[in-house]
Amino acid sequence: MVGLFRLLVACVLLSPVLVAAQVNMPRGVTSVSQDIYGLHMYVIWIVVGIMAVVYGVIIYSLVRHRKSRGAVAATFSENNLLEIVWTVIPLIIITAIAIPSIRVLIEMDDYDAADLTIKITGHQWKWQYEYLDHGVGFFSLLTTPMAEVVGVEEKDQWYLLEVDEPLVLPTDRKVRFVVTSNDVIHSWWVPELGIKRDAVPGYMYEAWARIQEPGIYRGQCAELCGVNHGFMPIVVKAVAPEDFDKWIAARASAAPPVTSDHNWTLPVAMERGAALYDQHCAACHRADGNGMPPTFPALRDSSIATSTDVNRHIDLVMNGVPNTAMQAYAPQLDDEELAAIITYERNAWEHDTGDLVQPSQIQARRR
Amino acid sequence: MANGATAGAVQQNVPRRLIAFIVRWTTATNHKDIGTLYLCTALLNLFVGGTLALCIRAELFVPGLQFVEPNFFNTLTTMHGLIMLFGFIMPVAVGFANWLIPMMIGAPDMALPRLNNMSFWLLPTATVMLVSTLFMDGGAPNFGWTMYAPLSTTYGPPSTDYMIFAVHMLGISSIMGSINIITTIATMRAPGMTWMKLPVFVWTWLVTAFLLIGIMPVLAGAVTMMLFDRNFGTAFFDAAGGGDPLLFQHIFWFFGHPEVYVLALPAFGIISQVIPTFSRKPLFGYRTMVMATILIGFLSYIVWAHHMFTSGMPYGAQLYFMLATMLIAVPTGMKVFNWITTMFRGSISFETPMLFAIAFVFMFTFAGCTGVMLAVAPADFQYHDSYFVVAHFHYVLVNGLTFAFIAGAYYWYPKFWGRMYNERLGKWHFWLSTISVNVLFFPQHFLGLAGMPRRIPDYALQFVDFNFISSIGAFVFGFSQLIFVYNMMVSRHKGKPASDRVWEGAEGLEWTLSSPPPHHSFQTPPRID
Repeated sequence: MVGLFRLLVACVLLSPVLVAAQVNMPRGVTSVSQDIYGLHMYVIWIVVGIMAVVYGVIIYSLVRHRKSRGAVAATFSENNLLEIVWTVIPLIIITAIAIPSIRVLIEMDDYDAADLTIKITGHQWKWQYEYLDHGVGFFSLLTTPMAEVVGVEEKDQWYLLEVDEPLVLPTDRKVRFVVTSNDVIHSWWVPELGIKRDAVPGYMYEAWARIQEPGIYRGQCAELCGVNHGFMPIVVKAVAPEDFDKWIAARASAAPPVTSDHNWTLPVAMERGAALYDQHCAACHRADGNGMPPTFPALRDSSIATSTDVNRHIDLVMNGVPNTAMQAYAPQLDDEELAAIITYERNAWEHDTGDLVQPSQIQARRR
Repeated sequence: MANGATAGAVQQNVPRRLIAFIVRWTTATNHKDIGTLYLCTALLNLFVGGTLALCIRAELFVPGLQFVEPNFFNTLTTMHGLIMLFGFIMPVAVGFANWLIPMMIGAPDMALPRLNNMSFWLLPTATVMLVSTLFMDGGAPNFGWTMYAPLSTTYGPPSTDYMIFAVHMLGISSIMGSINIITTIATMRAPGMTWMKLPVFVWTWLVTAFLLIGIMPVLAGAVTMMLFDRNFGTAFFDAAGGGDPLLFQHIFWFFGHPEVYVLALPAFGIISQVIPTFSRKPLFGYRTMVMATILIGFLSYIVWAHHMFTSGMPYGAQLYFMLATMLIAVPTGMKVFNWITTMFRGSISFETPMLFAIAFVFMFTFAGCTGVMLAVAPADFQYHDSYFVVAHFHYVLVNGLTFAFIAGAYYWYPKFWGRMYNERLGKWHFWLSTISVNVLFFPQHFLGLAGMPRRIPDYALQFVDFNFISSIGAFVFGFSQLIFVYNMMVSRHKGKPASDRVWEGAEGLEWTLSSPPPHHSFQTPPRID
């Protein structure tokens, strides 16, 4: 409560400082975002002009033609010329807006001659990035701890806008994105790149960017996609082309993690499992394992997590359940991570089965 | 009963009076009774939907999760949208239509009174069914009022099927109501009430009724396909089965965009009645007003995909929908210019209805301007699904249309009940509402431009200030509406008796009747020269 109050006071005190920085659309770092910004400002000034005229006439009438000032009502109710004029003027204005808009629309639609292509796949609630020309791919998840969300810990500067692995892109090269989804509709939005593309299952939707400045650009999912829609941020790290080449080469040649049961003990697995469960499972099945039935079943005391048939549990997590929100995690997590999560689920919430799932068990069941 | 009735007799009478009361209202076929029922239901739903909105703003007061789970937050936004649209704004417009259309055209009642009774009673039934989903296992619908597939089909909670059934009932109710309105206007006008003498409010409702008949079956089709996808293994909207999630959006917005004008046109009609009265000057450009109404109705059918610029459309389609959308600015602009010219060189006084009407013109013009910005397809790639859109459509629906309906409520209140509302309370209501509603929604434009997506329960720290300000505005605005309810309830008994004409500058057949009007408005049709 005290924390809430302090936060309120801080908000009020900080208002003038922050307000100055946050009222307008960012200019961004691509030609598309800058053209959108230019168009946005151009239209704003036009509508400000319209409003000035309209509001000016209303205020003039309200002041001058009020009954309390003894105004006597005129009786006119038609004027053909006037009515034609104010039909034609809006037509001219919208033409003046449409012409530059068409130009930007054409520019946005130019996906040819890209230097590299990134496939972006939306999942509930994470983004998957695949560098199609380099054979590199990974998932990108929110890293803000739950403790910050519920207010136990102080919120970090990039609260809700930080991920475990950002999308690394080169500057000064034309990057083509193809956006799709694995489940529901998401939307990949990074304001500073001027890109918002809905990720629709069954569709590949293109976009492109030539980033002008190195830096970190943050965005969020823009289309309601379920429970954790507010918790699937996007972080793009733009680096110089030569740095990108080094990074992608290292990334492409990195050896896959070696599965080993060495040093795999129950406390180790439980500790990793708890953290991973929070990141991957808690959105639906909740931190207390009670889920949100009937859409998201409870794990606590469920037959799957407590029965002696460990393989049934492993298969379910690895392959998911078709036509439900339960995804297949085999492609998303490595053997140790899966072993840790399953071990955690079998021992948390007083399940205490004592089962320690080995990474090798997971490897054996990969298809 | 006051004289000499014993306590026992009173008690015995209570159930009988209650039954009489229930029978009177459930079997009501009089256009005024039905109108009252619609208006009261709408007011009730305004507070239900408003309470949900305040829950949303309470959660967004500061960053972090304080009061509600993310899933419940999603049900809040969904139910808020559905209840406000189907439970408040549509019924309030129908309520005014029922009360006013027969009086304005010189008819005794609506053409189809029993149909009228049925179209009303489907509404509370559907609303109760919709609200009941909040208490169901798995929670209420949580996919937004736009119910995009596949979030609402494969991933929707079980209560979704109840929502679909409720939407079907609401659709039937609207279609029957529209048939009734069209029939009434077409066949029951008093002698001499030619088409081009109809009050603008009647014209706007005529076009609205045609829009409703055109779009409600489309919505019914969309939710029926949802129902089949969910329960009977079809794959209309499931890409894995050869279906198309974007098909849903096209069908939904083919309903959804005209729906905006279904809500807006009756509000335009009310403003076109209120402004001439308090400017003491006839409405400027009646013919263009009628033409603009029909033109808006037509254009609203052919611009739907501007809600889908970011969901993936070929370049040509984007171009077409951008240009068509911009065209709507022309007839809408004509209307605004006509209202302003009506005020120009009038003799203006500032009673509460006029204050709300003037505020409507100001804020609706602003909403129209942000609408033009949103129509610019390339820029929409930044605005879409952000708080900028939230701010825009709340300026249309709350600062605009809701203000127009409040103006109408104050304007016709003395006519409906025969007593004046309290002018001082009305002015308090106006100033508190107008200031707070702008504190509430104006900062949301900045939030959207700075990059805050809509429908999120928690936000990054750069959005703290404006969310804080917006929430303060929300609570002031919400509680200000209690003044309105108090005024309406108390003035019914304590208000000063109203004259037949009520307002010095009032023109139209409804003002020739007594206040309150007789049960069957015009027993003998008036002659119009």
